[in-house]
Amino acid sequence: MSITEIQNELIDEFAMFDDWMQRYEYMIELGKTLPLIDDRFKTDDNLIKGCQSKVWLHAEMHDNKVIFTADSDAIITKGIIAILIRVFSNQSPQDIIDAETDFIDEIGLKEHLSPTRANGLVSMIKQLKLYAIAYQTQLSK
Amino acid sequence: MPQQHIEFDVRKIREDFPILSRQLNGEQLVYLDNAATSQTPIQVIDVISDYYKNYNSNIHRGVHSLSQEATNKYENSRQKVQSHFNAKFPHEIIFTSGTTDAINLVAHGFETILNENDEVIVSALEHHSNIVPWQMLCEKTGAVLRVIPMNEEGELVLSEYDKLLSDKTKLVFVNHISNALGTINPIERIIEKAHGVGAAILIDGAQACPHIRPDVLALDVDFYVASAHKMCGPTGVGVLYGKEKWLNTLPPYQGGGEMISEVTFEKTTYADLPHKFEAGTPHVCGVIAYGAAIDYLNGIGFENIQQHEKELLTYATEQLTAIEGLRIYGPTKNKTSVISFNINGIHPYDIGTILDKMGIAVRTGHHCAQPIMDYYKIPGTVRASFSFYNTLDEIDKLVSGVKKAKAMLS
Repeated sequence: MSITEIQNELIDEFAMFDDWMQRYEYMIELGKTLPLIDDRFKTDDNLIKGCQSKVWLHAEMHDNKVIFTADSDAIITKGIIAILIRVFSNQSPQDIIDAETDFIDEIGLKEHLSPTRANGLVSMIKQLKLYAIAYQTQLSK
Repeated sequence: MPQQHIEFDVRKIREDFPILSRQLNGEQLVYLDNAATSQTPIQVIDVISDYYKNYNSNIHRGVHSLSQEATNKYENSRQKVQSHFNAKFPHEIIFTSGTTDAINLVAHGFETILNENDEVIVSALEHHSNIVPWQMLCEKTGAVLRVIPMNEEGELVLSEYDKLLSDKTKLVFVNHISNALGTINPIERIIEKAHGVGAAILIDGAQACPHIRPDVLALDVDFYVASAHKMCGPTGVGVLYGKEKWLNTLPPYQGGGEMISEVTFEKTTYADLPHKFEAGTPHVCGVIAYGAAIDYLNGIGFENIQQHEKELLTYATEQLTAIEGLRIYGPTKNKTSVISFNINGIHPYDIGTILDKMGIAVRTGHHCAQPIMDYYKIPGTVRASFSFYNTLDEIDKLVSGVKKAKAMLS
């Protein structure tokens, strides 16, 4: 599935819920599906700055597609990163770089998150895209 | 005239705070982040509005009437603060941009006083703003930073403090009340012991002043600092009390207008206290509003404030402790109305996020006191801090919110 298709799928899934509590419960559930980072990559270098809770993110490239794994010590943050990884993992670096992130607003995530946490969300997206840029540079060489 | 609340009626007091009737996320706001900043009563908001509507002007050297009116009110605030803190002279009160700024002013001044291998003592319970300026001072002067350790109860270990004190000790800085745990430190003894070895002492009163009226003369403290925005006043205003002899000894902090006596390109002579430390145009409106905030707090009465907050603290402690897996950090007695807690296996940030969805404002994280979090080996806590305008009903909402969060997150 393309990034846009996955984003639309998420928008549809979240549209089923009427209130914030159901949304958060679903997000927590999604957190359980997060492809977990291998312990050896759980280093300070892989920590994303700008989050109040800890978020580790690791990237590898297989068959010209970027595969992300991650973890967090906070359960809601884990849900957020799981959503992002569902969208961005197993995609080509160029597609990740080009991807719009408006779906975050549309699934009511950004408006429902406190500013400091929203900053963490912004940092996560930035980090995902930075990895993609690095791999794209590798591919162009 | 300050508003008089002869009898303490929390419902009536809440009417003074327009923000408390706000809805957030479709819920009635429950504001329990008072240790970060207090809310502002209409009496103070009116003073701010009146300033800009009627007499906004630059102070001290204007010959026109507006400037004189503003100057009088600004200086009148200085007298209010002097009287509130029981300082000997009005010129011992220096207005700053906040507690952090006041601490930096003193730290800067000691650059010319400290020598290599002199020692300065800080406590393990400090806010980063009462650690970092002193670390910077030590880096510049070659002085050595020593730390009074804390115990599991979140109290300072005074027997260790005794061991740290020597004739090398030149400065001690301790907060009156810990922002992260609410511990009330025995500052009388800490001050006395510092003076015993001839050291100067600074007390950070940022967390104390919303609850306690400090008597700097009786404490015999050298420096006492506080922020207006934690005392129902505006942000951007703080106060440094310093003994006259110390303020005369310290060099100016910043150069600029107001702080000079005469300027030629060869030499500048500095103004007398307090203007020596108030370079540039100060936060005129904020200082005047701070005076109104002090009037407001005294109108309610600190005894009333303490009594009500104690009731809130006792009730909240009982209710929260009953939740399985919940641990409160810090002392069980001799603390102010702050509860710093975690629930076993749940990140404080998750709890804070869920509470926010219910309109309940608490703080989560390390509270700018990472050494305390390191001591307990935790990433942070959830901190609920109560003010005199909070109610038992709001504690009930907090407790039910925490239970709901726990159910969702476990």
